[in-house]
Amino acid sequence: MLLRLAWAALTRHRSRTLLAVLGVAVSAAMLLDMVMLSSGMRASFRNMLLAKGFQLRLAPKGTLPFDTDATIPDATNVIRTLHAIPGVQTVSPVLGGQLHVSLGSRTVTATAIGIDPAVQGDYDITAGRAPASPDEFVANDTFIRDARVSLGDTVAAAAGYDPQLRAFAGRRTLRLVGRAHFLYMAGDQRAAAVPIATLQAMQGERARDRASLFMIRAATGANVDTVLASVERALPNVSAVSTETAMRQVDERLSYFRQLALILGAVSLAVGFLLVTTLVSVSVNERLGEIVVMRAIGVARGRVVAQIVLEGVGIMIVGAVVGLALGLVTARYLNSILASFPGLPAAIDFFLFEPHDAWSALGMLVVAGILAGIYPSWRGASLPIATTLRDEAIG
Amino acid sequence: MSDAILVEARDLRREYHMGDELVRAVRGVSLDVAKGDYVAIVGPSGCGKSTLLNLLGGIDRPTAGSVSIGGERVDRMRDADATRFRLLRIGFVFQRFYLMPALTAIENVELPMAEAKMGRHERVTRARELLAYVGLGLRYDHRPAQLSGGEQQRVAIARALANAPELLLADEPTGELDAKTGTEMIELLGQVNRDGTTIIVVTHDEDLARAARRVVHMKDGVVIDDRRQDSGV
Repeated sequence: MLLRLAWAALTRHRSRTLLAVLGVAVSAAMLLDMVMLSSGMRASFRNMLLAKGFQLRLAPKGTLPFDTDATIPDATNVIRTLHAIPGVQTVSPVLGGQLHVSLGSRTVTATAIGIDPAVQGDYDITAGRAPASPDEFVANDTFIRDARVSLGDTVAAAAGYDPQLRAFAGRRTLRLVGRAHFLYMAGDQRAAAVPIATLQAMQGERARDRASLFMIRAATGANVDTVLASVERALPNVSAVSTETAMRQVDERLSYFRQLALILGAVSLAVGFLLVTTLVSVSVNERLGEIVVMRAIGVARGRVVAQIVLEGVGIMIVGAVVGLALGLVTARYLNSILASFPGLPAAIDFFLFEPHDAWSALGMLVVAGILAGIYPSWRGASLPIATTLRDEAIG
Repeated sequence: MSDAILVEARDLRREYHMGDELVRAVRGVSLDVAKGDYVAIVGPSGCGKSTLLNLLGGIDRPTAGSVSIGGERVDRMRDADATRFRLLRIGFVFQRFYLMPALTAIENVELPMAEAKMGRHERVTRARELLAYVGLGLRYDHRPAQLSGGEQQRVAIARALANAPELLLADEPTGELDAKTGTEMIELLGQVNRDGTTIIVVTHDEDLARAARRVVHMKDGVVIDDRRQDSGV
């Protein structure tokens, strides 16, 4: 009967209730988007770093991976040293550079990475196969489209451009053997991967036995922090960064984003709260006679309060469900805009939906709905019965 | 009618402020009502009769004095206890009916029983019996807006009787009804009283007052006359 009365109160003025629900839906959509935004980049960045299970990254001293063009010398020895550290399972060297492919009268330039195909953690093959010989390479869709090549084609490639000599340090004829999705590249960025020895050779003396980055996967059960400490002791001339360290740095850089999301989320929650409080207050004021008569005939104050609170919660829940769907749609749209920023890895999502976010937003809205209903309901249920009846009779 | 006293009011006073003015609505009323009695409180508008009824029913607190019903001090009860007391021991009928517009007639009658935690089957059965008793047996699933004023007041009386209270308080129950319907209502209240419920009614309606066994006249917040009459039920 409590539900019937609450439902009846809401449906008494349908258009007003509908407008309130829509208002709450917009507020809920914004709240969900802000909750998704506050955690989305962080979660997707973490997922990206851990996509291939590498927990540690080694970069030249004082830099972050691929922050500069600096490289680590003596890569062969570094790999040997790393393999000797207990708990290190896999070491994947990466050398960054550019690959220039001559196609008749035009040249297509791509970001190139030199990798060890057996242990690489930079791409997933989507068609064809990984490079199995020094003159084979894989590329992403953007490169294949722009270079107008197909799997099995050979191309004339050059690398190690010296602007003073205006010449390339090395040229090779490479065969495209695979189509790949590069995890750390932007969606519109041309990318190719060749065996690291090939890229080192093509870049000339300055890249001989060098790597831009080493990715390390710890053995199952090994303590990553312990491995990190061992790496730092064994290789004091490089910067070792664990995923957790990287995440802390990301957190610092994204703190502005999160604060913004928090403020906007709080504002949208407050708007929803005020909207429901206003509606429930108006509704209570319209039926003071009914409310005090319920009290007069013996309906407990708590029951009257519960009925009115239910009205607020009902608006919040329906509005939240509509708003969550709306929030997902707007998040997808906004994500597509933000993700098109140049140079941003395609794997980064600004708005990452996780069920936990939806439950959080829903929970906050329900709590707001309860709080929004408490004041007007308590006020209504606490009115002096006789005085209110007399006022109603006069009114 | 039994000689046992059901309602006992002693030196009841009720004052309140209306703007800057102090209103002395009830100024020292003492009243005993025996079980099974039928009392009409009459008097000019503003004489304090509705205020007195509210004090007797525990929906208003006296400034001074005491009210006991069945030996229990209503004026001293905590709000929750007074609410529970009203639910189980007192029935209220108002001039404007005040039915819940969203509920059907039978649901309106069920409301106090649901509040008293009566099982659904039992309360539906009793609500139907009560609606039949007040002469509304066929229209139990109609909403108040679909009922005439007289029918709404019948539902209100059925609701007031839902938990079989020993005391029924009615404030101008015929005030919004036409003469014919008012007469039917007077007959219905008489029947309720003959069936054992003590009734105190506040009214301007002379016919309703004539139907009571006892008429209490008020003026300026005090009782100026209190007499039994033979013409009552």
